[in-house]
Amino acid sequence: MLSVADLTLSRGERVLFRDLSLSLAAGEAVALTGANGAGKTSLLRALAGFLRPDAGTIAFADADPAEAQRRHLHWLGHLDGLKGARRARDELAFQAQWLGADADGIAAAVDVLALDPLADLEVRQLSAGQRRRLAFVRLIAAPRPIWLLDEPFAPLDARWRAALGVLMQAHLDKGGAILAAVHDPLPVASRAVELGAGR
Amino acid sequence: MRALLILWRRELALAWSGGGGPLLACGFFLCLTVLVPLAAGGDPAGLKPVAGGIAWLALALSSILSLERLFERDLEDGALDLIALGPVPLELVVIAKAKAQWLAIGVPLALTAPVAAITLGLPPEQAPLVAVSALIGALGFALTGALGAALALGSKRGGLLIAVVVLPLFIPPVVFGAGALERAVSGLSPAPALALLAAYVLFAAVVTPFAGAAAIRNAQG
Repeated sequence: MLSVADLTLSRGERVLFRDLSLSLAAGEAVALTGANGAGKTSLLRALAGFLRPDAGTIAFADADPAEAQRRHLHWLGHLDGLKGARRARDELAFQAQWLGADADGIAAAVDVLALDPLADLEVRQLSAGQRRRLAFVRLIAAPRPIWLLDEPFAPLDARWRAALGVLMQAHLDKGGAILAAVHDPLPVASRAVELGAGR
Repeated sequence: MRALLILWRRELALAWSGGGGPLLACGFFLCLTVLVPLAAGGDPAGLKPVAGGIAWLALALSSILSLERLFERDLEDGALDLIALGPVPLELVVIAKAKAQWLAIGVPLALTAPVAAITLGLPPEQAPLVAVSALIGALGFALTGALGAALALGSKRGGLLIAVVVLPLFIPPVVFGAGALERAVSGLSPAPALALLAAYVLFAAVVTPFAGAAAIRNAQG
């Protein structure tokens, strides 16, 4: 679904990594690990098209990269893109609809993530974990095959880590793929790729 | 098209939430038009020849107020990343945001403009021309303002930088808009000046999406 060959990425003068190659197949979850500053987030941002690599290629199966990034990718970074002054219901609806979800898909995702009691609150009234669940709505409501996740479990409690793990497994079972930068173990990962700072 | 409508609706909601951007811009616009006569010594006859110019300058300055909101907040909270992965190219996103800015800020300002212009001494019968020219000019301000907001993305003190980038780009519409009013007051047809104003808007509509999208991509990196 996604392959990276001989990728070199730097931020300013600092080279994060050189000649990195990896692939992501359908039904596969790969954990990106490494110390702070190793380039995990930057790699994910490069795959999403937000960063231009110094060298190397990023290829998506059967699709031009720019088209694949707009149609086949979900990106969930540290920043969730939610507006604090808006109602949770409005924000999750915008995020999901923008990425192609319909009303039924959104309602189902809200139900699965138990967000109905929070839906009429302003986003700024939510905890970090609740906001993360809100951001997950778009992944479930607007199906896209490749999920790029940056510390997906970081703000979540044990119950929701387990629940989102189940949702990730369901995504993989449907032929999706996940590449996630993590510091904690990723339960659904079939393998890990470790990035070393300055490699 | 549906995606653009979704984005457009949200942009309008954001413009009205958290402090009522249009009301703030209109209030600022009216304050400027009250302050200028006071600063000029309170002589209405002395202001009359430059009333159109002052109204257009106030319109331009008021249009800058909420430009920082256009892209900067989306960059800070990650919404720009989400928007970039949507089905619509960034070029169209820039246009959609500029149009929403026009509808949320420019149109209320244009509707306030006749009041301000008459307060400054412009003949009341020129009110429709003031409104129409301000509607066209405000679209130009929204488009070039969006370009300035995109170019200032990620910089420290972005609001100040937007003003410095955008104000020189606002000179043509101010000149053409004030010129239209001056011609009408002098009994001449305002059409040539309005045509130049419309040409400026068309030029901005061609340049802004591509330059703005390139600036956003650069800021995301």
